[in-house]
Amino acid sequence: MSSPSFNQNPTPEPEAPLIGFGYNYATVTDKISAIVLSKRTPRTWLVGFAIAFALLMVLMLAIGKLLFVGVGVWGIQIPVGWGWAIVNFVWWVGIAHAGTLISAILLLLHQEWRTSINRFAEAMTLFAVACAGMFPLLHLGRPWLFYWLFPYPNTMNVWPQFRSPLIWDVFAVSTYATVSLIFWYVGLIPDLATIRDRSKKTLSQKIYGIFAMGWRGSAKHWKRYETAYLLLAGLATPLVVSVHSVVSFDFAVGIVPGWHSAIFPPYFVAGAIFSGFAMVLTISIPVRKFYGLEDFITERHLNNMAKVLLATGLIVAYGYLMETFMAFYAGGRFDKYMIMDRMTGHYMNFYWILLTCNVVVPQFLWIPKIRNNVWVLWVISILVNVGMWLERYVIVVQSLARDFVPSSWRNYTGTHWDVATFLGSIGLFLTLLFLFLRYVPMISIFELRGLVPKGDAPAASTGASQRG
Amino acid sequence: MAQIFHRSTNVLSRLSIFGFVFILAGIVWIAYIVNRSPYITEVGMAQVQPVPFSHKHHVSGLGLDCRFCHTSVETSAFAGMPPTETCMTCHSQIWSDSPMLEPVRESYRSNQSIEWNRVYQLPGYVYFDHSIHINKGIGCSTCHGRVDQMPLMWRASPMQMEWCLNCHRNVEQYVRPRAAVYQMDYQPPKDQVALGEKLVKEYKVQKLTDCYTCHR
Repeated sequence: MSSPSFNQNPTPEPEAPLIGFGYNYATVTDKISAIVLSKRTPRTWLVGFAIAFALLMVLMLAIGKLLFVGVGVWGIQIPVGWGWAIVNFVWWVGIAHAGTLISAILLLLHQEWRTSINRFAEAMTLFAVACAGMFPLLHLGRPWLFYWLFPYPNTMNVWPQFRSPLIWDVFAVSTYATVSLIFWYVGLIPDLATIRDRSKKTLSQKIYGIFAMGWRGSAKHWKRYETAYLLLAGLATPLVVSVHSVVSFDFAVGIVPGWHSAIFPPYFVAGAIFSGFAMVLTISIPVRKFYGLEDFITERHLNNMAKVLLATGLIVAYGYLMETFMAFYAGGRFDKYMIMDRMTGHYMNFYWILLTCNVVVPQFLWIPKIRNNVWVLWVISILVNVGMWLERYVIVVQSLARDFVPSSWRNYTGTHWDVATFLGSIGLFLTLLFLFLRYVPMISIFELRGLVPKGDAPAASTGASQRG
Repeated sequence: MAQIFHRSTNVLSRLSIFGFVFILAGIVWIAYIVNRSPYITEVGMAQVQPVPFSHKHHVSGLGLDCRFCHTSVETSAFAGMPPTETCMTCHSQIWSDSPMLEPVRESYRSNQSIEWNRVYQLPGYVYFDHSIHINKGIGCSTCHGRVDQMPLMWRASPMQMEWCLNCHRNVEQYVRPRAAVYQMDYQPPKDQVALGEKLVKEYKVQKLTDCYTCHR
């Protein structure tokens, strides 16, 4: 453990090392690549993967049922046509935001501490986008016609409705997925070459070799790599803001009380980063423990992420406050009714639990002792994830269930197929994550080598550069 | 150490970068072409029928009017298929022992309709009405082609939505005087657009392009 055991100063100083003591270029590379190259798959990995895979099968079953019967299995009705599916979509897209933020924005801001969590967060982003993208497509009713969403020269001579935010969503999310994938992959190339060079088996040499695209680590390669990576970071940066803004337009452009609000874009973006960082914490804490990576994902990393969580949590809390304030300040009777119903109506439990999880719980992060207590931090991060899911549930369901015309009011509850699809999407996420942990270096080896104190680093053993 | 890949991999990898764009574009192009080809639309493909009825013989040879058989075309959505009795008006006297016409006589005896194979088939979710098109000056041949030249019936139009919309958006290019609706060899005049615009006004043709015009 890197953190010093001085009781009078539990907060690591800003100068606290981002990497444990006694590492040099070789040992950093050894430690991370060993997880991928190890012949023996850890038993706990197998157990975890089996559980995740079983959940993935639940997803397959739920999708099969949906395709066979129709979206009616989801308990959606009129007026609540957007149920769990859209809640899950927004939740997953939100989670997908941490990756790009950590990778692109923190890179451009020269935040070195991003190094050991960026690969991981980007992978998480990709998997979360995959889970997110699934829901609106399944919600289409006839998902096999999903390509109608794209403007292509079809025989019907019709274009998608470009004035609809749902179409903006298609472009926003698919652009985000593409850029995140390219960004992640380009960042992986030098490390894939390292794995290729260290692998003993011909097959894995070939597979990693193909994906390493002939990387030899020459100065020319590095120069081009740096330029490309920086450009991609610049490209990805506006996406952090744009994607969830567009997702918020799905609601804000509609006239339903509780949706039609100008605060939605910034409030959604903050919520997305909030939930994204919560998910990075939720996953990185057990992973660093399990793979013994406490020296790379240090307490300083967790501490920094906790601070981001606190800051974005406060923005989100401001959003809740403003929503309520505006309803009464503007004084529209429908808006006032909507807020009162949110607080005291059928869905009040959801609302108050969400406020507890998203507003009250993060306040504990002011206390340095709690920020440094890994397992308390873990519990907080999970509660934030729960809170963010409930937030979307309240926005989507409660607003729709009580719209302008009392005769059309109708309460909504998800069915067990909704639960199965949601759990299944977690299964998809975890399955991909487990595969990632086993087959791809989860921490950027070459970037981490850059963090090794210069005095300790012997010139030899830079991995990829020797062989080709 | 031994090389993992053969030298040829260099060429292959460069080709794959180049090919990616062109293969992708090629797939889109092929899909575009195939979806508009007779393979999908059946345009120009003669349909086999229980009796090889020739429109060419009956229309251009004998001079029958479309409405002689398709009686309800002016008044209803469906143009109408003739009952066997219509055939038997003549064929009880002419070619009355022709083996080719045995299914017609069999139908007459047993009172069971001849099961023709539809050539123009619209999906169930499309509402279409023949009478309004006829009454607004859209000729038979505009959609069905030169039926008087077809020994066996085939589709003359792709029946895809872009084809429907092409006319609904540009009616003045297709509309003709009501008197010429059933005229098979009608040729649009040189100033079709001027005539079309005049007829659109005169017949009060609406350019209906709302979704619910056809998808009700």
